[in-house]
Amino acid sequence: MKTNEMSGGEKARIRKPRKQRWSKDDTELFLLSLPTLLWFLIFSYLPMFGVIIAFKVYRLSPGGHGFIYNLLHSEWAGFGNFSYFFTSNSFTMLLRNTILYNIAFIIISASVAVGGALMLSSMRSKKASKVYQTMMFLPYFMSWVVISYFVYALLTPERGYINGIITAMGGQPVMWYQESKYWPFILIFLNTWKGMGYGMVLYLASITGIDPSLYEAAVMDGATKAQQARNITLPAIKPVFIMMLILDCGKIFNSDFGLFYQVTGQLPASLYTTASTFDTYIYNAIQSSAPIGQTAAASFFQAVCSCATILLANWIVSKIDNENRII
Amino acid sequence: MSKKDKSGQSLNQIKASTNFVFNLVFLILAVMCVIPLLFVFSISITDEEVLRINGYQMVPQVLSTSAYEFLWNERLTILRAAFMSMLVTVVGTMLSIALNTSMGYVVSRRNFKLKKIYTWMLFIPMVFNGGMLASYVVVNNILKLNNNIWALILPLACSAFSVTICRTFFRTTVPDSIIESAKIDGAGQFRIWSQIVLPISKPVMATIGMFAAFGYWNDWFQASLYIQDTKKQTLQSLLNQMQKNIEYIANNPYGGLSLQEYKLGMPTESVRMAIAIVIIVPIACTYPFFQKYFISGLTVGSVKE
Repeated sequence: MKTNEMSGGEKARIRKPRKQRWSKDDTELFLLSLPTLLWFLIFSYLPMFGVIIAFKVYRLSPGGHGFIYNLLHSEWAGFGNFSYFFTSNSFTMLLRNTILYNIAFIIISASVAVGGALMLSSMRSKKASKVYQTMMFLPYFMSWVVISYFVYALLTPERGYINGIITAMGGQPVMWYQESKYWPFILIFLNTWKGMGYGMVLYLASITGIDPSLYEAAVMDGATKAQQARNITLPAIKPVFIMMLILDCGKIFNSDFGLFYQVTGQLPASLYTTASTFDTYIYNAIQSSAPIGQTAAASFFQAVCSCATILLANWIVSKIDNENRII
Repeated sequence: MSKKDKSGQSLNQIKASTNFVFNLVFLILAVMCVIPLLFVFSISITDEEVLRINGYQMVPQVLSTSAYEFLWNERLTILRAAFMSMLVTVVGTMLSIALNTSMGYVVSRRNFKLKKIYTWMLFIPMVFNGGMLASYVVVNNILKLNNNIWALILPLACSAFSVTICRTFFRTTVPDSIIESAKIDGAGQFRIWSQIVLPISKPVMATIGMFAAFGYWNDWFQASLYIQDTKKQTLQSLLNQMQKNIEYIANNPYGGLSLQEYKLGMPTESVRMAIAIVIIVPIACTYPFFQKYFISGLTVGSVKE
């Protein structure tokens, strides 16, 4: 019904006879998409109903019924689970950590990626540039578990490389995994390090797509390299930049779980307040026997905030520059 | 023409000194990205006794293959974990390609009646998801896939992002005329997808397949949530488990064991690093060849419609 309203003018009149009837083609396409459709219903849409858990006091009912039966027969908790979460000691700490880390990640990663791409694109030897790109891409393909071993090799107090260097220079060894003050820097560094290659290559791809005649014309007019970058290159990569920014803003309440949990060494108590985020909190709650409703409230809060920020970021971009919104 | 381009370019080249500085910067960055791998490798081939006394060294003082010999002696565990990783990666990648390309093809058809609904259906998960807990509940309590390798495969099999990459690819590179003529020849949509569209869409299959393969090979998160059975561990979860053991021991130095037992029972430093190498080598050897598909995926993905 909606499609008929949407299409207007002559086009609609020509296509209308084809659009009205459900054809054999449609049946075949529907069947072809059925497995993926089921996947989305089960793994994307069914969890959305998990929202209900956050409003319930989940209890096992007698008789060995399934999860859904138990859930539906559990008592409603209203906003009890939420108020428990909001008033808990952890809430402000989690909110602060998650948001501040993400803001630092977004700013630093974006500047490194754009700066790196500009530099790579202007390098004389394309071959050298390719080699650097390939090498810088490597960390992107490593899992956080593997990276946590790299970090361990560097930081482990008794044998690690860094303490080896410190003691060789006459300093005192640092108990890295117990000193929370270093970790914001370590985490920000690692996040930048892992995503650097990806970001640079992404922007470089859109820089290489720029029409070379623009630069030729700029050279004729006597533009310097810096002027070319500011007036040609940066405007050309703006759409990609804004898209990445909106997507990153959508993830501002999420965190890269492996970074905060694995790299810190399963988040020891000494680093708990420095490196806890919503994701590590929820994961720990799943692994322990915390009431499921309270965990669901934390999880739901995170999902709603993510949704709100991505829509907000998109709305702000659409106000400033309607062409670059992504939705 | 080419001569003119060349002179234009040399006019527009950066100064030699700037070029040198840039090269230096990237050389440092590139080495920073690769060197931890060498550190880990160097630890894995250093003699355990030397590691204990001198700590980790950049260049091993006393070479030893004992870590790899140990892995060889424990090959039952290692090979089983490697087999699980391979199985999950291969099955998962194939499933992922099938699910993503079929949906991508269907939504790329302009006159499909349900197109509007499907577009919304793909869009909503990009903005809103039920959260980590709800996904856990679905896999664990509703599908009851605990300790089942499908728990590692299914949740990562599909994504709206990959479907979008496929759709954009099919829209832009597969000519409608081919599909129309196949239809006139009496081919059904399933045949068109599997025998006409897919064979000419190898780049996008490589992109999707590579995203999926690296995702599955590197996955430890799903494994840590759903797999408790040691017989079903993947390489990543084995590595993860070993790290947990060290942390446990580090927090409780004696943990009820005598020092002797603790030293014997603990996987040695070099062995842990050797397992990390076993995981990294297949990736480090393959990603440079797939990089171009990966980049094309990134750029296709960033084209909006």
